[in-house]
Amino acid sequence: MSQAAIDSVGASRGSLKSYLTGFVLSLILTAIPFALVMSGGWSASATLAVIFIAGIVQILAHLHYFLHLDTSSTARWNIVALLFTLVIMVLFVGGTIWILFNLYHRMM
Amino acid sequence: MTTDALTIGAGRYEEVERHDTVVTQTFGFWLYLMSDLIIFATLFATYVVFSHSYAGGPTGKELFELPYVLGETFLLLFSSVTYGLVMLAVHNGMKKWVLIGLAVTFLLGLGFVSMEVIEFHKLIVQGHGPDVSAFLSSYFTLVGTHGTHVTFGLIWMAVMIGQVAVKGLTSPVQSRLMRLSMFWHFLDIVWIGIFSIVYLMGVM
Repeated sequence: MSQAAIDSVGASRGSLKSYLTGFVLSLILTAIPFALVMSGGWSASATLAVIFIAGIVQILAHLHYFLHLDTSSTARWNIVALLFTLVIMVLFVGGTIWILFNLYHRMM
Repeated sequence: MTTDALTIGAGRYEEVERHDTVVTQTFGFWLYLMSDLIIFATLFATYVVFSHSYAGGPTGKELFELPYVLGETFLLLFSSVTYGLVMLAVHNGMKKWVLIGLAVTFLLGLGFVSMEVIEFHKLIVQGHGPDVSAFLSSYFTLVGTHGTHVTFGLIWMAVMIGQVAVKGLTSPVQSRLMRLSMFWHFLDIVWIGIFSIVYLMGVM
């Protein structure tokens, strides 16, 4: 009975396969940007793009394979809360960087 | 007949209520994690703004050692996976494996925190403490806040090892283990942001 109660919660359903998939994906997505920065072969903007893409994909992989966020009804409110938080984060981080770098530019 | 129906009804009601409690607690903890995410967002914003304010002090390129950071990253990633395996053992009621898995996760997490403490100690001893520049202040605040979270996660994990050993895998213990798993995976996600923005971008 308690098993069923816990199983049905959004963040708890996992299988060996999902953890191992997430693990292998994370290893690859960590190795790529580290190797690129350590070798220093690519241009700065290309390296930056790879760091960001690998980071975002890895975060999505963690959310999906480790935290088991999906579109099921139990996880839906978790996703709504996450999206709302992302809006606030974009306002905070984006707004701060925009205003302060603009100011910095004008003070030069 | 009537009593039977009543008992069945009551049983079902209790089950529904317990289910509701676990769902509510999990969602409440999720909201806490989201508010924590906002704390990290403000610290990331601060770091990015100050990331070139060296005040004549050392730059990230001179200070950060990527192989060392890669080691920290792998320790935290391994611990996230071993905690996932702990949750599988919880669902299958394998108490012994839950305890072994929690112990392994704890040691991996302890390894991560130890590496970070050694890194901080080395920086401060070499005269690159948080008082040198705005860059280093924001670096120590951001990375240190994450490290503090991991440390509290370790304390929580030690308590849970004790609870599993003493109480067994009861329903409240299971729901606590699940919230700790959310906390632990969340900290690994924040670390992805830290190694990408602080270390990789700092060195390139």
